[in-house]
Amino acid sequence: MNAIIFSAIMGVVMMFSGILLQKKSAVTTTAIVSLLLLLSMNLLDSYSVFSINVNTHGLLHFNKFGLFFNSILIAATLIFAVLCGSEIEKTGVNVADYYALIFFVLCGTSILTSFNGLLMLFLGIEIMSIPLYILTGAEKRNLKSNEASLKYFLMGAFSTGLLLMGIALIYGATGSFALKVSTTMAASAGVLSTSFLQIAGLILLFVSMCFKVSAAPFHFWTPDVYDGAPSVFTSFMATVVKAAGFFAFLNLFESNSAILGPSWKILLSFVIVATLLVGNITAVFQQSIKRMLAYSSISQAGFMLFALYSNNDMAKEGILLYAVAYCLATIGFFAILIKVKDYTFDGFNGLAKTQPVMAFTGVVFLMSLAGIPLTAGFFAKYYMLASVVKSGGSLWIVVVAVLFAAVSVYYYFKVIQSMYFKEGTPEVAAISPNFKTGLLLVAAAVILVGVLPSIVLNWFYF
Amino acid sequence: MPIQYYIYFCLALFSIGIIGVLTRRNAIIVFMCIELMLNAVNLLLVAFSKMHYGAALAANPNTTAGIDGQLFVFFIMVVAAAEVSVGLAIIVMMYRNTHSVDINFLNRLKN
Repeated sequence: MNAIIFSAIMGVVMMFSGILLQKKSAVTTTAIVSLLLLLSMNLLDSYSVFSINVNTHGLLHFNKFGLFFNSILIAATLIFAVLCGSEIEKTGVNVADYYALIFFVLCGTSILTSFNGLLMLFLGIEIMSIPLYILTGAEKRNLKSNEASLKYFLMGAFSTGLLLMGIALIYGATGSFALKVSTTMAASAGVLSTSFLQIAGLILLFVSMCFKVSAAPFHFWTPDVYDGAPSVFTSFMATVVKAAGFFAFLNLFESNSAILGPSWKILLSFVIVATLLVGNITAVFQQSIKRMLAYSSISQAGFMLFALYSNNDMAKEGILLYAVAYCLATIGFFAILIKVKDYTFDGFNGLAKTQPVMAFTGVVFLMSLAGIPLTAGFFAKYYMLASVVKSGGSLWIVVVAVLFAAVSVYYYFKVIQSMYFKEGTPEVAAISPNFKTGLLLVAAAVILVGVLPSIVLNWFYF
Repeated sequence: MPIQYYIYFCLALFSIGIIGVLTRRNAIIVFMCIELMLNAVNLLLVAFSKMHYGAALAANPNTTAGIDGQLFVFFIMVVAAAEVSVGLAIIVMMYRNTHSVDINFLNRLKN
């Protein structure tokens, strides 16, 4: 409960800090301190040292997995604020409000990591999404940002409508909003074919969650929105929000997938293969690196969907590792991308000569995204695929995933190629030594998790 | 009235909403269609709530079954209001820059 309460309070505190503090950098410092405080509060909660307990009548359920996942998300936001804080200050005039909205998003993710009923799922998704619509449109005068914001809003509201219809149908079939639905209640309806209503409801929920985590064939909004949004907020959107969405997705279908029977795996494997196909193949043809990263985030979503497919303990470990690896690498690489003026591949030509630190850490992040051994991304992908094998799932889908991982190496290494093997003078914004140190630390974390994934996992079991 | 009538009516409203979102080009009308979808859900929840109440009433005259469905409706209304305020602000922001609320304009983002 700590994280939900404190993130909401800190959002309000950030709004006031915009009035009280004159300098923009002071606002960023306040945000970083608040994030540290929030992280420690959440950790205290997960070690049950200090936790505020409110009787939620079973609407929320706190367990170690959820609290730990939430810690990862808050830590990722902290890293994001430290690395990209100066860029948030440049986005617009209302810096304090952007941070306030980020805290409200964190409040939504805290609810999503602990929901125990469909009501809280709905509220969590909405509390997380509505601030994001505003953040996407943060550059008020930029037409692309406006378009992205409107598109994101319309798609988000539409998928919320589908989610609610699914919830209503499930309610009609079972008479409750509980996560683990008992079909014994369903008999009371009598007049209806309840199983039909429940299955239709679950499929609507599935479609709506696919919208939220941008899985194909419901991904079409993602590239436009990620491309149009201010780059700093794209980085936040593609990592923290997406990971929280996946946690909710996994939690929602952990027990309910049995209702759909064997067709569940067929449906899911279709979505996984479509997501991997669309994400990877389209990313190959992109000219802009930002847009390429948007498509790569779709293909990473395909890998994360394997957690739903296997649905065992190893999948839970896998989604934790994936969240860590993906958040670190994506936030790190976006921090580099923002500093470069030109987002095309040519804009990165010769970066290794002028900015060796940025180029080197960029290589580490890209290798992690591609899943090369000795980086965090390798074990993340390994755990995902191993969990499928362990659950006795069909092997062909693992083979397909490995093939697409090989395709992804192509477009990630294209960036490395232009940084190291092409001549050019990239236009780069001023880089402070602190920023370089930050990048090196994040890269070190990526390699550390890649060598010893057990650090993250042991912590999970503490 | 049998519950089926409510279900068919709500599904019809919901489908009109979906078709509107997918076919109309005016941002405000798309927005209204989304609201229509949400209101169809509200009506359906209330109808189901009454149905569950009626079914539980026979066994227990003091039952509170079905009350959570009506509570959910309030949450949907509040969230929809919050969403409207943000959505209209976004549409106004776009109108200021382009002097149009046409959705076709969104396709410019696709290079």
